[in-house]
Amino acid sequence: MLGRSANAIFWMFRYLERAENLARLLDTGFRMALTRDELTAEEEWRSVVETAGLREAYQEQNATYAGIQVWNYMLRDRDNANSIRNLIGAVRSNARSARNVITSEVWEAVNESYLHLNDLLNRPVTQGGLADAISTIKREATQVRGAMEGSMLRNDIYNFASIGSFVERADNTARIVDVKYYVLLPSLSYVGSSLDNVQWETILRSLGAERAFRWLNAGELDARGIADFLILDGRFPRSLRFCYAKIRSHLHSLALEYGAEGRAHEVMRNADLKLQDADMESVIDAGLHEFLADCIVTNNEIARAVEADYRFTD
Amino acid sequence: MSGTGSDTFDEMYDADGGIRSAYDGYYSWYDEQDPRGLHRKHREAEAFFRKTGITFNVYGQDEAEERLIPFDPVPRIITAHEWRRLTKGIDQRVRALNAFLHDLYHRQEIIRAGRIPEWLLRGNEAYLPHMSGFTPPGGVYTHITGIDLVRTGPNDFHVLEDNARTPSGVSYMLENRETMMAMFPELFTRVKVAPVSNYPRRLARSLAACAPSACEGRPVVAVLTPGIYNSAYYEHAFLADQMGAELVEASDLRVIDGRVKMRTTRGFKAVDVLYRRVDDDFLDPLTFRADSMLGVPGIMDVYRAGGITIANAPGTGIADDKALYSFMPEIVEFYTGEKPLLPNVETYRCMEEDALKYVLDNIADLVVKEVHGSGGYGMLIGPTSSKREIAKFTQKLKANPQNYIAQPTLALSTVPILTKKGLAPRHVDLRPFVLMSPNGIEITPGGLTRVALKRGSLVVNSSQGGGTKDSWVLEE
Repeated sequence: MLGRSANAIFWMFRYLERAENLARLLDTGFRMALTRDELTAEEEWRSVVETAGLREAYQEQNATYAGIQVWNYMLRDRDNANSIRNLIGAVRSNARSARNVITSEVWEAVNESYLHLNDLLNRPVTQGGLADAISTIKREATQVRGAMEGSMLRNDIYNFASIGSFVERADNTARIVDVKYYVLLPSLSYVGSSLDNVQWETILRSLGAERAFRWLNAGELDARGIADFLILDGRFPRSLRFCYAKIRSHLHSLALEYGAEGRAHEVMRNADLKLQDADMESVIDAGLHEFLADCIVTNNEIARAVEADYRFTD
Repeated sequence: MSGTGSDTFDEMYDADGGIRSAYDGYYSWYDEQDPRGLHRKHREAEAFFRKTGITFNVYGQDEAEERLIPFDPVPRIITAHEWRRLTKGIDQRVRALNAFLHDLYHRQEIIRAGRIPEWLLRGNEAYLPHMSGFTPPGGVYTHITGIDLVRTGPNDFHVLEDNARTPSGVSYMLENRETMMAMFPELFTRVKVAPVSNYPRRLARSLAACAPSACEGRPVVAVLTPGIYNSAYYEHAFLADQMGAELVEASDLRVIDGRVKMRTTRGFKAVDVLYRRVDDDFLDPLTFRADSMLGVPGIMDVYRAGGITIANAPGTGIADDKALYSFMPEIVEFYTGEKPLLPNVETYRCMEEDALKYVLDNIADLVVKEVHGSGGYGMLIGPTSSKREIAKFTQKLKANPQNYIAQPTLALSTVPILTKKGLAPRHVDLRPFVLMSPNGIEITPGGLTRVALKRGSLVVNSSQGGGTKDSWVLEE
């Protein structure tokens, strides 16, 4: 396949993942804000923008963090390269560019999602319409992923798509935990602390992990348990360990198909060394923030190595 | 001009309102249909096109502006007998075009024989001096041709235009048939229609048969597209997909060791046959446009050294030049030794003094076209234009007569379309697609029927509000 097509597939799935993650983040902010007075609500929305990594760009255009302003900025602002509307447009452009390496099912799912969401986000989203917009975005993303799982050959194309998804997801998880780590920090050293902290719930909810965590822990919340779950629990599909396992397995498939390993495989092995034997104890000893920052850097390195190894660009 | 005028040939209804034999089978089916059901299916078809993204971008509009070409669900039907006659004429014409191109870029016998004037080539940008003395692999210039035909009577087809550069629309021919079969499967069990779905396979085979001498093993074919913002991008991707070929952009290609190679995830891989959907100008910045970053630097050198086949060959544009068109009867006769089976539309070359005078005197009855224009832009349709439009155009014509040709407005045939009030006649043309390789010429039965959706209108171009129909050739 063409390097340019591999690049298009890779970014198509990164942007799709990013759009879905942003929708989750908005969902969390919305729920939090509903249970707060106006001033604290603005604080929640500020935190959502911060977590999405959009603070500077947002502040250039907006003076306040009123909810409706924040969610419209993140959902549909044309000037925000990472607005969900722009991201879905980029997903479609990339799919169009790689049209002959994806199946018709995947293409049609992308195209329909784009038409649907473009229509939905054509007008400002009101408070009454936000929940619907968020669930539509998540559903459309699921449809594209479902079409891919159900119709694509398990070859290099599928592997590039998957690596794109999981690199983006790992990045997202690491950033969310990192932005919020100060919330967990004071209690990290107490094993089994069950203070009910609504902020902890936010972290879990942003990653769609709240129910799973409660189910596994009989409804108890504790800071260390949360960090452990989001970083090291290989059963949870947005944990760093899970994402890395996926990236590793897709890189392995690529090496088998191409009969050679590249720099990406080397970077992956180094990352494994750090994550494979890690437990919460050692992560906390090394410093949670340092650990997460290191993950984000490694993550980027893997992505760049894949791009170079497989000649994504000239 | 009105589509309901008595001088207009309707392909479904005869002068007494009876159904012509070509439409017997279709009409008996149509008559049994519930009109509401037909309209519902029609809307479903539009939704299907939208969903699959069979859209085109209109030049000069926002890239976000993607339009559907309207699809009409009433087929355009040609009998086996009519088609046999047509294909003979098309075959003859394409053979003549190819022989003409070879001659123009070699000894120019036709000019020496005084059958066409030498000035046609002088200063004509479509004529490429770089092609002089070079014979493309297999001697094929026109791998893919689209011949635009109009019909004026039971046995009267005329060639309106030869598209020998990069004719488009074949994806609509294929998708229209798919859509019709999905909407009305039972119709196809009642009426036997010659299939078109093997076109991509034939195209792949035909291109592979023109592989260059440098090719080793199975020829690697790639489709070259200007990219996702090109108006015909859907078609480029569609054809690459259907042929199992790579869809490349110029930036994917590079000349390495005397071959044109594409950047793949495994390294650079040689392309044997390049089905290019870009104009000559955008092939090679070293040869054609030093100011342009577009294209593949050095590809023309590789081409001339037998390292790659370019389809269609560079320089074929001279054959569909509108000034040259008027000489096609002479050209066909010169190379085939036969009288042309398909007539031209009478054409006045405005650069000739007598012709210009005639055109200026009769402009209100004529169609005046730019010699190098395409897509229905830059033309005047006298009978439907206002006095002011005619006056404005006359000035342009007088200022630059060699830039124009004129033709009488033809009574284009009509075929009914489905409207809210039932069937209504609209003017149509037909573009059959012709493949050429050293193994011969293949013409896919049918082609693309374009239809002017506005009542009485003669402009069928999609960029000007035209639509398309499925085109049937009946099996015997």
